[in-house]
Amino acid sequence: MDAVFLAGQLFNGFSVASLYILAALGLALSFGLMRVINMAHGEILMLGGYLAYLTMVWVPGPAGILVALFVAFLGAGLFGGLLEVGLVSKLTARPLDTLLATWGVSLIMQQAARDLFGATGVSVTAPAWLEGGITLAGLQLPTTRLFILLAAVLVLLGLAAVLNFTRIGLLVRAVNQDRPTAAAMGVNVRAVDAFIFALGAGVGGIGGVVLALLGPVTPNVGQSYIVTAFLVVILGGLGSIIGTTIAALIIGLIMAMTQIFVDVSFAQVLTLLFVVIFLQFRPQGVIAVKSRALDAE
Amino acid sequence: MPTLLKPGTVIGAVLLVLAVAAPWLLSPYDLNLFARFLALSLTAMGLVLLWGEGGVLSLGQGVFFGLGGYAIAMHLKMAELGPGEMPDFMVWTGVAKLPWWWDAFHSPFVAILAVLVVAPALAALFAWAIFRRRITGVYFALITQALALAFATLLISQQDKTGGFNGLTDYRTLFGFNLNLPETATGLYLITLALAVGSLLGLRWLLASRYGKLLRASRDGSNRLRFLGYDPAPYKVIAFTVAALLASVSGALFTLHAGVISPALVGVVPSIEMVIWVAIGGRDSVAGALAGTLLVNFAKDKVSTALPELWLYALGLMFILAVTALPKGLAGLFGPDHPFTPARRGDMFARWRKDKAETTPASEPTADAPPAAARIEEPA
Repeated sequence: MDAVFLAGQLFNGFSVASLYILAALGLALSFGLMRVINMAHGEILMLGGYLAYLTMVWVPGPAGILVALFVAFLGAGLFGGLLEVGLVSKLTARPLDTLLATWGVSLIMQQAARDLFGATGVSVTAPAWLEGGITLAGLQLPTTRLFILLAAVLVLLGLAAVLNFTRIGLLVRAVNQDRPTAAAMGVNVRAVDAFIFALGAGVGGIGGVVLALLGPVTPNVGQSYIVTAFLVVILGGLGSIIGTTIAALIIGLIMAMTQIFVDVSFAQVLTLLFVVIFLQFRPQGVIAVKSRALDAE
Repeated sequence: MPTLLKPGTVIGAVLLVLAVAAPWLLSPYDLNLFARFLALSLTAMGLVLLWGEGGVLSLGQGVFFGLGGYAIAMHLKMAELGPGEMPDFMVWTGVAKLPWWWDAFHSPFVAILAVLVVAPALAALFAWAIFRRRITGVYFALITQALALAFATLLISQQDKTGGFNGLTDYRTLFGFNLNLPETATGLYLITLALAVGSLLGLRWLLASRYGKLLRASRDGSNRLRFLGYDPAPYKVIAFTVAALLASVSGALFTLHAGVISPALVGVVPSIEMVIWVAIGGRDSVAGALAGTLLVNFAKDKVSTALPELWLYALGLMFILAVTALPKGLAGLFGPDHPFTPARRGDMFARWRKDKAETTPASEPTADAPPAAARIEEPA
């Protein structure tokens, strides 16, 4: 095992982590604010992937992928907003029921995708400027992977900017800290909920475009990432963006590093084992949100 | 005694008589389906204890279902082999020597012991680790889902030891009985029925006991329970362990009836499907869960053979409707506060009297509520 190989695995770890960041950020946002997990988030990734495919058919050429990112963000965000207003908001204070209802949505979306696009899936051809790679000291870094890393970083910076420097971000932080007080101060908490849910879905849509660059978009494409994304959210702590990022990096690196020694399925088992053991020591996740509320479980 | 002649008791008795007579009423095919679904209902009833009464949603019951199923399937594979022989899939994958833990399953007692011990022991260990740190709710549901995913992937990847994606199938004899004979099928069906009825009554007894009361208390206000001097964790651990035991037995019975156990029956999707049986039937009613399992599975059988692509839409809609329109499931339609109850006139504070109303035996959801004397024995 030489240094180049190790560095390659390290890069793989970061690359996988960037995927999990894009897949888990949206979940973490709505989980932090509303304590609900959207089980259909995997299918929102899938939706992003199919939107990317449709956009690339309409807008061929080198800029197609950038347009696709935009379209997927808007499309998935719109869908997320509708889902929140139509279903999730009806189930507030019943997080487990939200889990089940959104799972139902995910089943319907999967079957709809199967009926519309076929079960085998469609592929998005990456533009020419994403082909090839950079060679650094004998280490091959594919441009696609670098693009994904860049996308994850930009999305993180964008979210941080929205939450910290805009008015809606201020409202989100207020609701996050103390929902009843924010409501009493005249913040429309319902609108803030819907906004965050839609924003999270939009980020998921971007994640879907990125997945489409790595492999064909199938009706089940979201399912293969989403369970690990859930683990990332749990490990990260209550909806903290920094916590989610750190958790995604931890899980990505564990996945990549254990795969040196064992196969993928064992890597998955070891990751789960790590999460369970980690929660023994820090049940509140990487970043704990301090709260004096007693019943905040 | 008039209490014996409640409508619920009468209906239950009639259904039981019909179920016992089923081998002579149904065609062998339908009997086999019915037996399979009865076997599945054990898992569902366990979920009533865990989810409905304990407030702990497990999306990983397939793991324990699978542990039971694989334990009995390993014995069925080994039973027909002589010493030194290997199951067919091991011969195909070119395994040199039978692993020792396969060898042990030659004995039917080891297999039955494994069904009864492995899943509950693992469940207790897992639940203790999780609940000790007060991890509940959504966190617990997602961790159990990851558990189901890991279990199924592991089974698929270890093809030389587990039969891989195809699982274990093609059995002939069980404890010396030919599995293809109709008499064996009838006998197995009656055993399944007895276990299902036994679980139903056992769980109703458990839920009416002080344990059940404390479990409900840990669901509704775990901090209040702590202030009263109880630790909620052991109650949840017991609920999870009992649910795992039921799932394991359920998996073993299902494997006997279906003649196959495979990763496709134990992964993420089947595990969450087990929850919908309970959600449709009624999460806080044991009998509701039994009915829900039979109903959803018969519907699945009929719909997915006629219109396969329609089934997932129907299942998805069921998930949505079960939590929005019917949060108490079908059992809620027959319970004490079903939507068609005539509103009490003149009591504008009925909403706030709800707690009071629930403690009177007349409005207890389970028919076999404990007598009033048993309810007063709170700790001094």
